[in-house]
Amino acid sequence: MASETSSSASKRSLGGWALIAVPYFWLFLFFLAPFFIVFKISLSQIAVAIPPYFPAFDLGQGLQVLFEDLKELSLENYIFLTEDDLYWRSYVSSVTIAAISTFITLLVGYPLAYGMARSPKEWRPTLLMLVILPFWTSFLIRVYAWIGILKNEGLLNQLLLTLGLIDQPLTILNTNIAVYIGIVYSYLPFLVLPLYASLEKLDGTLLEAAEDLGCPPWKAFWKITLPLSIPGIIAGCFLVFIPAVGEFVIPDLLGGSNTLMIGKTLWVEFFNNRDWPVSSAVAVILLLILVIPIVLFQNQQQKMAEREG
Amino acid sequence: MTRGPSWFNVTSLVLGFSFLYLPILLLVVFSFNESRLVTVWGGFSTKWYAELLRNEQLLDAFWVTIRVAFFSATVATVLGTMAALVLVRSGRFVGRSLFSGMVFAPLVMPEVILGLSLLLLFVAMDQARGFWTVMLAHTTFAMCYVAVVVQSRLVGFDKSIEEAAEDLGCPPVRTFFQITLPIIFPGVIAGWMLAFTLSLDDLVIASFTTGPGATTLPMKIYSQVRLGVTPEINAVCTILVGFVTIGVIAASLATKRQQVKRERDERAAIAGG
Repeated sequence: MASETSSSASKRSLGGWALIAVPYFWLFLFFLAPFFIVFKISLSQIAVAIPPYFPAFDLGQGLQVLFEDLKELSLENYIFLTEDDLYWRSYVSSVTIAAISTFITLLVGYPLAYGMARSPKEWRPTLLMLVILPFWTSFLIRVYAWIGILKNEGLLNQLLLTLGLIDQPLTILNTNIAVYIGIVYSYLPFLVLPLYASLEKLDGTLLEAAEDLGCPPWKAFWKITLPLSIPGIIAGCFLVFIPAVGEFVIPDLLGGSNTLMIGKTLWVEFFNNRDWPVSSAVAVILLLILVIPIVLFQNQQQKMAEREG
Repeated sequence: MTRGPSWFNVTSLVLGFSFLYLPILLLVVFSFNESRLVTVWGGFSTKWYAELLRNEQLLDAFWVTIRVAFFSATVATVLGTMAALVLVRSGRFVGRSLFSGMVFAPLVMPEVILGLSLLLLFVAMDQARGFWTVMLAHTTFAMCYVAVVVQSRLVGFDKSIEEAAEDLGCPPVRTFFQITLPIIFPGVIAGWMLAFTLSLDDLVIASFTTGPGATTLPMKIYSQVRLGVTPEINAVCTILVGFVTIGVIAASLATKRQQVKRERDERAAIAGG
Protein backbone atom coordinates (compact mmCIF):
# COMPACT_ATOMS: atom_id res chain seq x y z
CA MET A 1 0.00 0.00 0.00
CA ALA A 2 2.74 2.43 1.02
CA SER A 3 4.78 1.88 -2.16
CA GLU A 4 1.65 2.17 -4.27
CA THR A 5 0.67 5.53 -2.83
CA SER A 6 4.16 6.95 -3.10
CA SER A 7 4.40 5.92 -6.75
CA SER A 8 1.02 7.50 -7.48
CA ALA A 9 2.20 10.64 -5.72
CA SER A 10 5.38 10.87 -7.76
CA LYS A 11 3.58 10.69 -11.10
CA ARG A 12 0.71 12.97 -10.10
CA SER A 13 -0.52 14.85 -13.13
CA LEU A 14 -1.40 18.51 -13.34
CA GLY A 15 -5.06 17.54 -13.00
CA GLY A 16 -4.21 15.54 -9.89
CA TRP A 17 -2.66 18.61 -8.32
CA ALA A 18 -5.60 20.77 -9.32
CA LEU A 19 -7.94 18.27 -7.66
CA ILE A 20 -6.07 18.76 -4.41
CA ALA A 21 -5.53 22.49 -4.80
CA VAL A 22 -9.15 23.61 -5.31
CA PRO A 23 -10.78 22.21 -2.14
CA TYR A 24 -7.56 22.86 -0.22
CA PHE A 25 -7.52 26.50 -1.19
CA TRP A 26 -11.23 26.90 -0.48
CA LEU A 27 -10.99 25.43 3.02
CA PHE A 28 -7.85 27.37 3.71
CA LEU A 29 -9.46 30.65 2.73
CA PHE A 30 -12.90 30.13 4.28
CA PHE A 31 -12.16 27.90 7.24
CA LEU A 32 -8.57 28.24 8.45
CA ALA A 33 -7.68 31.84 7.55
CA PRO A 34 -10.73 33.26 9.37
CA PHE A 35 -9.41 31.83 12.65
CA PHE A 36 -6.31 33.98 12.34
CA ILE A 37 -8.51 37.00 11.82
CA VAL A 38 -10.57 36.09 14.88
CA PHE A 39 -7.35 35.81 16.87
CA LYS A 40 -6.08 39.15 15.59
CA ILE A 41 -9.33 40.92 16.40
CA SER A 42 -9.41 39.35 19.84
CA LEU A 43 -6.25 41.39 20.49
CA SER A 44 -7.84 44.63 19.28
CA GLN A 45 -10.01 47.11 21.11
CA ILE A 46 -13.62 48.03 20.65
CA ALA A 47 -14.09 51.27 18.72
CA VAL A 48 -17.00 53.35 17.51
CA ALA A 49 -16.19 52.86 13.86
CA ILE A 50 -16.79 50.65 10.87
CA PRO A 51 -15.57 47.97 11.43
CA PRO A 52 -16.13 48.40 15.19
CA TYR A 53 -12.63 47.59 16.39
CA PHE A 54 -9.22 49.20 16.48
CA PRO A 55 -6.68 48.91 14.95
CA ALA A 56 -8.16 47.97 11.58
CA PHE A 57 -5.18 47.00 9.46
CA ASP A 58 -5.04 48.66 6.11
CA LEU A 59 -2.10 47.61 3.97
CA GLY A 60 -2.74 50.56 1.68
CA GLN A 61 -1.37 52.95 4.30
CA GLY A 62 2.11 51.55 4.17
CA LEU A 63 4.31 49.51 6.49
CA GLN A 64 4.97 52.37 8.91
CA VAL A 65 1.31 52.59 9.86
CA LEU A 66 1.10 48.82 9.98
CA PHE A 67 3.89 48.70 12.56
CA GLU A 68 2.22 51.39 14.63
CA ASP A 69 -0.99 49.35 14.49
CA LEU A 70 0.78 46.17 15.58
CA LYS A 71 1.87 47.87 18.78
CA GLU A 72 -1.76 48.62 19.58
CA LEU A 73 -2.61 44.92 19.88
CA SER A 74 -2.88 43.70 23.45
CA LEU A 75 -4.14 40.90 25.62
CA GLU A 76 -6.53 43.29 27.31
CA ASN A 77 -9.66 41.39 26.21
CA TYR A 78 -8.34 38.16 27.67
CA ILE A 79 -7.58 39.90 30.95
CA PHE A 80 -11.12 41.27 30.87
CA LEU A 81 -12.47 37.72 30.43
CA THR A 82 -10.70 36.58 33.58
CA GLU A 83 -11.85 39.60 35.57
CA ASP A 84 -15.54 39.36 34.84
CA ASP A 85 -16.71 36.04 36.26
CA LEU A 86 -19.63 35.89 33.80
CA TYR A 87 -17.29 34.39 31.19
CA TRP A 88 -15.61 31.99 33.53
CA ARG A 89 -18.98 30.74 34.78
CA SER A 90 -20.27 30.46 31.21
CA TYR A 91 -17.39 28.20 30.20
CA VAL A 92 -17.73 25.96 33.23
CA SER A 93 -21.49 25.76 32.94
CA SER A 94 -21.31 24.99 29.17
CA VAL A 95 -18.95 22.09 29.75
CA THR A 96 -21.05 20.82 32.68
CA ILE A 97 -24.34 21.07 30.80
CA ALA A 98 -22.78 19.40 27.74
CA ALA A 99 -21.30 16.58 29.87
CA ILE A 100 -24.54 15.89 31.76
CA SER A 101 -26.55 15.97 28.52
CA THR A 102 -24.08 13.64 26.81
CA PHE A 103 -24.46 11.17 29.66
CA ILE A 104 -28.27 11.30 29.50
CA THR A 105 -28.10 10.93 25.71
CA LEU A 106 -26.04 7.79 26.20
CA LEU A 107 -28.57 6.38 28.68
CA VAL A 108 -31.42 7.08 26.26
CA GLY A 109 -29.52 6.15 23.10
CA TYR A 110 -27.95 2.88 24.19
CA PRO A 111 -31.18 0.87 24.56
CA LEU A 112 -32.39 2.31 21.25
CA ALA A 113 -29.20 1.42 19.38
CA TYR A 114 -29.17 -1.98 21.07
CA GLY A 115 -32.78 -2.65 20.17
CA MET A 116 -32.05 -1.68 16.57
CA ALA A 117 -28.98 -3.90 16.31
CA ARG A 118 -30.90 -6.86 17.79
CA SER A 119 -34.00 -6.38 15.66
CA PRO A 120 -34.77 -8.71 12.73
CA LYS A 121 -32.48 -7.98 9.76
CA GLU A 122 -35.30 -6.87 7.48
CA TRP A 123 -36.38 -4.15 9.92
CA ARG A 124 -32.96 -2.59 10.23
CA PRO A 125 -32.82 -0.37 7.09
CA THR A 126 -36.20 1.13 8.05
CA LEU A 127 -35.20 1.67 11.67
CA LEU A 128 -31.94 3.25 10.55
CA MET A 129 -33.84 5.56 8.26
CA LEU A 130 -36.18 6.50 11.12
CA VAL A 131 -33.17 7.54 13.21
CA ILE A 132 -31.63 9.55 10.39
CA LEU A 133 -34.84 11.30 9.32
CA PRO A 134 -35.07 13.71 12.31
CA PHE A 135 -31.49 14.72 11.57
CA TRP A 136 -32.69 16.00 8.19
CA THR A 137 -35.49 17.95 9.81
CA SER A 138 -34.66 21.46 10.86
CA PHE A 139 -32.81 21.73 14.13
CA LEU A 140 -34.61 24.98 14.92
CA ILE A 141 -38.00 23.36 14.35
CA ARG A 142 -37.20 20.41 16.58
CA VAL A 143 -36.14 22.73 19.38
CA TYR A 144 -39.18 24.90 18.82
CA ALA A 145 -41.47 21.87 19.08
CA TRP A 146 -40.42 21.44 22.71
CA ILE A 147 -41.54 24.92 23.72
CA GLY A 148 -45.19 23.98 23.22
CA ILE A 149 -44.67 20.77 25.18
CA LEU A 150 -42.72 22.11 28.14
CA LYS A 151 -44.51 25.42 28.74
CA ASN A 152 -46.36 25.92 32.04
CA GLU A 153 -49.67 25.59 30.22
CA GLY A 154 -48.05 23.21 27.72
CA LEU A 155 -48.99 19.72 26.63
CA LEU A 156 -46.85 17.86 29.15
CA ASN A 157 -48.30 19.76 32.10
CA GLN A 158 -51.84 19.34 30.74
CA LEU A 159 -51.28 15.61 30.47
CA LEU A 160 -49.82 15.29 33.97
CA LEU A 161 -52.61 17.42 35.47
CA THR A 162 -55.29 15.40 33.71
CA LEU A 163 -53.76 12.16 34.93
CA GLY A 164 -53.73 13.64 38.41
CA LEU A 165 -50.02 13.06 38.85
CA ILE A 166 -49.40 16.68 39.80
CA ASP A 167 -51.56 19.43 41.31
CA GLN A 168 -49.62 22.37 39.97
CA PRO A 169 -47.93 22.78 36.61
CA LEU A 170 -44.22 22.01 36.67
CA THR A 171 -41.89 24.78 35.59
CA ILE A 172 -39.61 23.13 33.05
CA LEU A 173 -39.28 25.64 30.22
CA ASN A 174 -36.62 28.29 30.86
CA THR A 175 -34.68 26.04 33.21
CA ASN A 176 -31.58 23.91 32.72
CA ILE A 177 -33.78 20.80 32.62
CA ALA A 178 -35.34 22.05 29.38
CA VAL A 179 -31.82 22.59 27.99
CA TYR A 180 -30.90 18.98 28.86
CA ILE A 181 -34.06 17.72 27.16
CA GLY A 182 -33.33 19.87 24.12
CA ILE A 183 -29.75 18.67 23.74
CA VAL A 184 -30.63 15.00 24.31
CA TYR A 185 -33.44 15.22 21.79
CA SER A 186 -31.49 17.11 19.12
CA TYR A 187 -28.28 15.12 19.33
CA LEU A 188 -29.70 11.63 19.93
CA PRO A 189 -29.21 10.50 16.29
CA PHE A 190 -25.51 11.50 16.47
CA LEU A 191 -25.02 9.07 19.32
CA VAL A 192 -27.27 6.27 18.08
CA LEU A 193 -25.68 5.99 14.62
CA PRO A 194 -22.06 5.18 15.58
CA LEU A 195 -23.27 3.07 18.50
CA TYR A 196 -25.59 1.09 16.26
CA ALA A 197 -22.75 0.59 13.78
CA SER A 198 -20.51 -0.95 16.44
CA LEU A 199 -23.30 -3.02 18.02
CA GLU A 200 -24.43 -4.39 14.67
CA LYS A 201 -20.94 -5.64 13.85
CA LEU A 202 -20.82 -7.52 17.13
CA ASP A 203 -20.46 -11.23 16.60
CA GLY A 204 -23.68 -12.88 17.82
CA THR A 205 -21.99 -16.23 18.33
CA LEU A 206 -20.05 -14.79 21.28
CA LEU A 207 -23.32 -14.14 23.09
CA GLU A 208 -24.67 -17.54 22.15
CA ALA A 209 -21.50 -19.19 23.45
CA ALA A 210 -21.85 -17.28 26.73
CA GLU A 211 -25.46 -18.33 27.00
CA ASP A 212 -24.62 -21.97 26.30
CA LEU A 213 -22.04 -21.86 29.05
CA GLY A 214 -24.72 -20.68 31.48
CA CYS A 215 -23.91 -16.98 31.60
CA PRO A 216 -27.02 -14.92 32.49
CA PRO A 217 -27.99 -12.33 29.84
CA TRP A 218 -27.18 -9.27 31.99
CA LYS A 219 -23.73 -10.63 32.70
CA ALA A 220 -23.15 -11.42 29.04
CA PHE A 221 -24.12 -7.86 28.27
CA TRP A 222 -21.75 -6.49 30.90
CA LYS A 223 -18.84 -8.76 29.91
CA ILE A 224 -19.22 -8.92 26.12
CA THR A 225 -21.59 -6.43 24.54
CA LEU A 226 -20.65 -3.35 26.53
CA PRO A 227 -16.84 -3.66 26.21
CA LEU A 228 -17.11 -4.38 22.48
CA SER A 229 -19.32 -1.36 21.91
CA ILE A 230 -16.93 1.08 23.59
CA PRO A 231 -15.55 2.53 20.30
CA GLY A 232 -19.13 3.35 19.30
CA ILE A 233 -19.85 4.87 22.71
CA ILE A 234 -16.76 7.08 22.54
CA ALA A 235 -17.45 8.25 18.98
CA GLY A 236 -21.09 8.97 19.78
CA CYS A 237 -20.31 10.84 23.00
CA PHE A 238 -17.78 13.07 21.23
CA LEU A 239 -20.29 13.82 18.50
CA VAL A 240 -22.78 14.98 21.13
CA PHE A 241 -20.42 16.67 23.57
CA ILE A 242 -18.35 18.84 21.22
CA PRO A 243 -21.17 20.68 19.43
CA ALA A 244 -23.24 20.83 22.63
CA VAL A 245 -20.57 22.89 24.41
CA GLY A 246 -20.92 25.68 21.86
CA GLU A 247 -24.69 25.33 21.42
CA PHE A 248 -26.64 28.56 21.03
CA VAL A 249 -30.19 27.81 19.83
CA ILE A 250 -31.11 25.36 22.61
CA PRO A 251 -30.06 27.45 25.65
CA ASP A 252 -31.49 30.55 24.01
CA LEU A 253 -34.94 29.13 23.27
CA LEU A 254 -35.37 26.56 26.05
CA GLY A 255 -33.07 27.86 28.78
CA GLY A 256 -33.81 30.63 31.22
CA SER A 257 -32.07 33.90 31.87
CA ASN A 258 -29.78 32.17 34.36
CA THR A 259 -28.82 29.39 31.95
CA LEU A 260 -25.26 30.29 31.12
CA MET A 261 -23.77 28.80 28.00
CA ILE A 262 -20.82 30.17 26.16
CA GLY A 263 -22.45 30.11 22.71
CA LYS A 264 -25.19 32.34 24.06
CA THR A 265 -22.71 34.63 25.82
CA LEU A 266 -20.77 35.03 22.57
CA TRP A 267 -23.97 35.78 20.65
CA VAL A 268 -25.09 38.42 23.17
CA GLU A 269 -21.63 39.97 23.21
CA PHE A 270 -21.65 40.19 19.43
CA PHE A 271 -25.22 41.08 18.51
CA ASN A 272 -26.42 42.96 21.61
CA ASN A 273 -23.25 44.60 22.95
CA ARG A 274 -21.59 44.85 19.51
CA ASP A 275 -18.26 44.14 21.13
CA TRP A 276 -16.45 42.31 18.35
CA PRO A 277 -13.05 42.09 20.06
CA VAL A 278 -14.44 40.53 23.25
CA SER A 279 -16.62 38.07 21.34
CA SER A 280 -13.53 37.10 19.33
CA ALA A 281 -11.63 36.49 22.55
CA VAL A 282 -14.54 34.36 23.84
CA ALA A 283 -14.40 32.37 20.58
CA VAL A 284 -10.64 31.83 20.85
CA ILE A 285 -10.95 30.43 24.38
CA LEU A 286 -13.90 28.24 23.37
CA LEU A 287 -11.80 26.90 20.52
CA LEU A 288 -8.93 26.15 22.89
CA ILE A 289 -11.31 24.25 25.18
CA LEU A 290 -12.64 22.23 22.26
CA VAL A 291 -9.29 21.52 20.59
CA ILE A 292 -8.55 18.72 23.06
CA PRO A 293 -11.77 16.72 22.50
CA ILE A 294 -11.64 17.41 18.74
CA VAL A 295 -8.09 16.06 18.44
CA LEU A 296 -8.94 13.05 20.63
CA PHE A 297 -11.99 12.38 18.48
CA GLN A 298 -10.03 12.56 15.22
CA ASN A 299 -7.35 10.24 16.55
CA GLN A 300 -9.99 7.74 17.59
CA GLN A 301 -11.70 7.95 14.19
CA GLN A 302 -8.38 7.43 12.43
CA LYS A 303 -7.58 4.42 14.59
CA MET A 304 -10.97 2.91 13.86
CA ALA A 305 -10.57 3.53 10.13
CA GLU A 306 -7.15 1.87 10.17
CA ARG A 307 -8.45 -1.15 12.05
CA GLU A 308 -11.17 -1.62 9.49
CA GLY A 309 -9.01 -0.83 6.47
CA MET B 1 -30.53 -13.40 15.17
CA THR B 2 -32.75 -16.39 14.85
CA ARG B 3 -35.02 -15.55 17.79
CA GLY B 4 -37.64 -12.85 17.60
CA PRO B 5 -36.96 -9.51 19.26
CA SER B 6 -37.32 -9.62 23.04
CA TRP B 7 -39.85 -7.48 24.89
CA PHE B 8 -37.01 -5.35 26.20
CA ASN B 9 -35.78 -4.53 22.72
CA VAL B 10 -39.26 -3.79 21.45
CA THR B 11 -39.94 -1.51 24.42
CA SER B 12 -36.73 0.42 23.94
CA LEU B 13 -37.46 0.81 20.21
CA VAL B 14 -40.99 2.03 20.86
CA LEU B 15 -39.92 4.45 23.60
CA GLY B 16 -36.91 5.70 21.64
CA PHE B 17 -38.84 6.38 18.46
CA SER B 18 -41.76 7.94 20.32
CA PHE B 19 -39.31 10.33 21.92
CA LEU B 20 -37.87 11.18 18.50
CA TYR B 21 -41.17 11.61 16.70
CA LEU B 22 -43.85 12.73 19.19
CA PRO B 23 -42.69 16.37 19.42
CA ILE B 24 -42.67 16.78 15.64
CA LEU B 25 -46.01 15.01 15.36
CA LEU B 26 -47.59 17.31 17.95
CA LEU B 27 -46.22 20.32 16.10
CA VAL B 28 -47.78 19.12 12.87
CA VAL B 29 -51.11 18.35 14.54
CA PHE B 30 -51.32 21.77 16.18
CA SER B 31 -50.61 23.55 12.90
CA PHE B 32 -54.14 22.47 11.91
CA ASN B 33 -55.62 23.92 15.07
CA GLU B 34 -58.48 26.37 14.73
CA SER B 35 -57.61 28.14 17.97
CA ARG B 36 -54.85 30.71 18.24
CA LEU B 37 -53.82 29.09 21.53
CA VAL B 38 -51.30 26.56 20.37
CA THR B 39 -51.79 24.14 23.21
CA VAL B 40 -55.59 23.98 23.29
CA TRP B 41 -57.35 22.05 20.56
CA GLY B 42 -60.12 24.14 18.97
CA GLY B 43 -61.07 22.07 15.95
CA PHE B 44 -59.54 21.35 12.55
CA SER B 45 -58.63 24.25 10.30
CA THR B 46 -56.21 25.09 7.53
CA LYS B 47 -56.55 28.81 8.02
CA TRP B 48 -52.96 29.29 9.23
CA TYR B 49 -51.70 27.95 5.93
CA ALA B 50 -53.84 30.47 4.08
CA GLU B 51 -52.45 33.16 6.37
CA LEU B 52 -48.93 32.13 5.42
CA LEU B 53 -49.53 32.74 1.75
CA ARG B 54 -50.45 36.33 2.58
CA ASN B 55 -47.35 36.90 4.70
CA GLU B 56 -45.01 38.47 2.15
CA GLN B 57 -42.03 38.82 4.46
CA LEU B 58 -42.15 35.13 5.18
CA LEU B 59 -42.46 34.26 1.49
CA ASP B 60 -39.51 36.54 0.66
CA ALA B 61 -37.42 34.86 3.32
CA PHE B 62 -38.47 31.49 1.92
CA TRP B 63 -37.22 32.35 -1.58
CA VAL B 64 -33.94 33.73 -0.28
CA THR B 65 -33.44 30.52 1.69
CA ILE B 66 -34.24 28.25 -1.26
CA ARG B 67 -31.85 30.16 -3.52
CA VAL B 68 -29.04 30.13 -0.97
CA ALA B 69 -29.61 26.42 -0.33
CA PHE B 70 -29.66 25.55 -4.03
CA PHE B 71 -26.49 27.43 -4.95
CA SER B 72 -24.52 26.48 -1.86
CA ALA B 73 -25.54 22.80 -2.07
CA THR B 74 -24.46 22.65 -5.72
CA VAL B 75 -21.07 24.28 -5.18
CA ALA B 76 -20.58 22.31 -1.96
CA THR B 77 -21.29 19.05 -3.79
CA VAL B 78 -18.61 19.76 -6.40
CA LEU B 79 -16.04 20.83 -3.80
CA GLY B 80 -16.99 18.11 -1.33
CA THR B 81 -16.73 15.38 -3.98
CA MET B 82 -13.29 16.70 -4.92
CA ALA B 83 -12.27 16.69 -1.26
CA ALA B 84 -13.52 13.11 -0.87
CA LEU B 85 -11.52 12.02 -3.93
CA VAL B 86 -8.44 13.69 -2.49
CA LEU B 87 -8.92 11.96 0.88
CA VAL B 88 -9.44 8.51 -0.60
CA ARG B 89 -7.40 8.50 -3.82
CA SER B 90 -4.63 11.06 -3.71
CA GLY B 91 -2.27 9.16 -1.44
CA ARG B 92 0.27 11.20 0.46
CA PHE B 93 1.01 14.83 -0.20
CA VAL B 94 2.42 17.69 1.77
CA GLY B 95 -0.18 19.02 4.19
CA ARG B 96 -2.46 16.00 3.93
CA SER B 97 -3.19 15.85 7.65
CA LEU B 98 -3.96 19.56 7.66
CA PHE B 99 -6.33 18.93 4.77
CA SER B 100 -8.19 16.09 6.48
CA GLY B 101 -8.32 18.17 9.64
CA MET B 102 -9.91 21.04 7.73
CA VAL B 103 -12.47 18.64 6.23
CA PHE B 104 -13.49 17.03 9.52
CA ALA B 105 -13.21 19.91 11.98
CA PRO B 106 -16.19 21.93 10.65
CA LEU B 107 -18.43 18.93 11.37
CA VAL B 108 -18.03 19.38 15.11
CA MET B 109 -17.06 23.06 15.27
CA PRO B 110 -19.65 25.15 17.14
CA GLU B 111 -21.65 27.22 14.70
CA VAL B 112 -21.08 30.43 16.62
CA ILE B 113 -17.35 30.13 15.94
CA LEU B 114 -17.81 29.33 12.24
CA GLY B 115 -20.24 32.21 11.86
CA LEU B 116 -18.13 34.75 13.71
CA SER B 117 -14.92 33.80 11.93
CA LEU B 118 -16.51 33.97 8.48
CA LEU B 119 -18.10 37.32 9.24
CA LEU B 120 -14.75 38.73 10.33
CA LEU B 121 -13.20 37.37 7.13
CA PHE B 122 -15.82 39.09 5.00
CA VAL B 123 -15.32 42.33 6.92
CA ALA B 124 -11.56 42.06 6.46
CA MET B 125 -12.06 41.46 2.73
CA ASP B 126 -14.33 44.50 2.67
CA GLN B 127 -17.04 42.36 1.17
CA ALA B 128 -20.60 43.72 1.33
CA ARG B 129 -22.68 41.21 3.27
CA GLY B 130 -25.85 39.64 1.96
CA PHE B 131 -26.94 36.78 -0.25
CA TRP B 132 -23.48 35.86 -1.53
CA THR B 133 -21.73 35.87 1.81
CA VAL B 134 -24.36 33.53 3.28
CA MET B 135 -23.97 31.31 0.26
CA LEU B 136 -20.18 31.17 0.58
CA ALA B 137 -20.48 30.43 4.31
CA HIS B 138 -22.98 27.62 3.76
CA THR B 139 -20.90 26.16 0.94
CA THR B 140 -17.89 25.97 3.24
CA PHE B 141 -19.46 23.97 6.04
CA ALA B 142 -21.74 21.91 3.79
CA MET B 143 -18.85 20.74 1.57
CA CYS B 144 -17.38 18.96 4.58
CA TYR B 145 -20.58 16.96 5.09
CA VAL B 146 -20.64 16.14 1.37
CA ALA B 147 -17.01 15.01 1.58
CA VAL B 148 -17.82 12.60 4.42
CA VAL B 149 -20.86 11.13 2.64
CA VAL B 150 -19.07 10.71 -0.70
CA GLN B 151 -15.95 9.39 1.01
CA SER B 152 -17.87 6.53 2.61
CA ARG B 153 -19.17 5.63 -0.83
CA LEU B 154 -15.70 5.82 -2.41
CA VAL B 155 -14.09 3.65 0.25
CA GLY B 156 -16.53 0.86 -0.47
CA PHE B 157 -15.94 0.49 -4.19
CA ASP B 158 -13.67 -1.64 -6.27
CA LYS B 159 -10.69 0.37 -7.42
CA SER B 160 -9.67 -2.21 -10.03
CA ILE B 161 -12.34 -1.01 -12.49
CA GLU B 162 -10.80 2.45 -12.46
CA GLU B 163 -7.33 0.99 -12.82
CA ALA B 164 -8.44 -1.15 -15.73
CA ALA B 165 -9.80 1.93 -17.51
CA GLU B 166 -6.56 3.82 -16.96
CA ASP B 167 -4.47 0.87 -18.14
CA LEU B 168 -6.51 0.85 -21.32
CA GLY B 169 -5.51 4.47 -21.86
CA CYS B 170 -8.59 6.26 -20.61
CA PRO B 171 -7.64 9.75 -19.41
CA PRO B 172 -8.30 10.36 -15.68
CA VAL B 173 -11.04 12.95 -16.23
CA ARG B 174 -12.93 10.62 -18.53
CA THR B 175 -12.45 7.72 -16.12
CA PHE B 176 -13.99 9.85 -13.43
CA PHE B 177 -17.06 10.80 -15.43
CA GLN B 178 -17.64 7.40 -17.03
CA ILE B 179 -16.78 5.05 -14.20
CA THR B 180 -16.24 6.66 -10.83
CA LEU B 181 -19.08 9.16 -10.88
CA PRO B 182 -21.83 6.69 -11.87
CA ILE B 183 -20.76 4.38 -9.05
CA ILE B 184 -20.58 7.05 -6.36
CA PHE B 185 -23.62 8.89 -7.71
CA PRO B 186 -26.03 7.87 -4.91
CA GLY B 187 -23.50 9.28 -2.45
CA VAL B 188 -23.18 12.50 -4.45
CA ILE B 189 -26.97 12.93 -4.53
CA ALA B 190 -27.24 12.19 -0.82
CA GLY B 191 -24.47 14.72 -0.24
CA TRP B 192 -26.30 17.36 -2.26
CA MET B 193 -29.51 16.77 -0.35
CA LEU B 194 -27.73 16.91 2.97
CA ALA B 195 -26.02 20.17 1.96
CA PHE B 196 -29.36 21.57 0.81
CA THR B 197 -31.16 20.77 4.07
CA LEU B 198 -28.25 21.97 6.19
CA SER B 199 -28.40 25.30 4.43
CA LEU B 200 -32.18 25.35 4.70
CA ASP B 201 -31.92 24.84 8.48
CA ASP B 202 -29.06 27.04 9.42
CA LEU B 203 -29.79 29.93 11.74
CA VAL B 204 -26.52 30.77 13.45
CA ILE B 205 -24.08 31.00 10.54
CA ALA B 206 -26.64 32.85 8.40
CA SER B 207 -27.30 35.36 11.20
CA PHE B 208 -23.61 36.22 11.39
CA THR B 209 -22.86 36.40 7.69
CA THR B 210 -26.01 37.95 6.30
CA GLY B 211 -26.65 41.56 5.45
CA PRO B 212 -29.56 43.80 4.56
CA GLY B 213 -32.13 42.23 2.28
CA ALA B 214 -31.01 38.66 2.80
CA THR B 215 -33.06 37.44 5.76
CA THR B 216 -33.40 33.68 5.61
CA LEU B 217 -36.39 31.65 6.75
CA PRO B 218 -34.75 30.26 9.91
CA MET B 219 -33.84 33.83 10.93
CA LYS B 220 -37.45 34.86 10.38
CA ILE B 221 -38.76 31.84 12.31
CA TYR B 222 -36.30 32.49 15.11
CA SER B 223 -37.29 36.13 15.55
CA GLN B 224 -40.96 35.11 15.75
CA VAL B 225 -40.35 32.13 18.03
CA ARG B 226 -38.68 34.43 20.54
CA LEU B 227 -42.01 36.24 20.81
CA GLY B 228 -43.85 32.99 21.50
CA VAL B 229 -45.31 29.95 19.85
CA THR B 230 -47.81 30.77 17.11
CA PRO B 231 -49.88 28.55 14.81
CA GLU B 232 -48.39 30.25 11.73
CA ILE B 233 -44.92 29.14 12.75
CA ASN B 234 -46.28 25.64 13.33
CA ALA B 235 -47.62 25.75 9.77
CA VAL B 236 -44.29 26.92 8.30
CA CYS B 237 -42.51 24.20 10.22
CA THR B 238 -44.98 21.57 9.05
CA ILE B 239 -44.39 22.55 5.44
CA LEU B 240 -40.62 22.34 5.89
CA VAL B 241 -40.85 19.00 7.68
CA GLY B 242 -43.12 17.62 4.97
CA PHE B 243 -40.81 18.89 2.25
CA VAL B 244 -37.75 17.22 3.76
CA THR B 245 -39.54 13.98 4.63
CA ILE B 246 -40.85 13.53 1.10
CA GLY B 247 -37.41 14.32 -0.33
CA VAL B 248 -35.60 11.84 1.88
CA ILE B 249 -38.11 9.04 1.34
CA ALA B 250 -38.15 9.60 -2.43
CA ALA B 251 -34.36 9.56 -2.57
CA SER B 252 -34.08 6.39 -0.54
CA LEU B 253 -36.69 4.64 -2.68
CA ALA B 254 -34.84 5.73 -5.83
CA THR B 255 -31.54 4.43 -4.45
CA LYS B 256 -33.16 1.16 -3.51
CA ARG B 257 -34.67 0.71 -6.96
CA GLN B 258 -31.32 1.44 -8.58
CA GLN B 259 -29.65 -1.08 -6.29
CA VAL B 260 -32.22 -3.76 -7.14
CA LYS B 261 -31.77 -3.02 -10.84
CA ARG B 262 -27.99 -3.25 -10.59
CA GLU B 263 -28.16 -6.53 -8.71
CA ARG B 264 -30.49 -7.90 -11.39
CA ASP B 265 -28.14 -6.70 -14.15
CA GLU B 266 -25.20 -8.29 -12.40
CA ARG B 267 -27.03 -11.58 -12.03
CA ALA B 268 -28.05 -11.41 -15.70
CA ALA B 269 -24.45 -10.69 -16.70
CA ILE B 270 -23.19 -13.64 -14.69
CA ALA B 271 -25.88 -15.93 -16.08
CA GLY B 272 -25.17 -14.73 -19.61
CA GLY B 273 -21.39 -15.10 -19.29
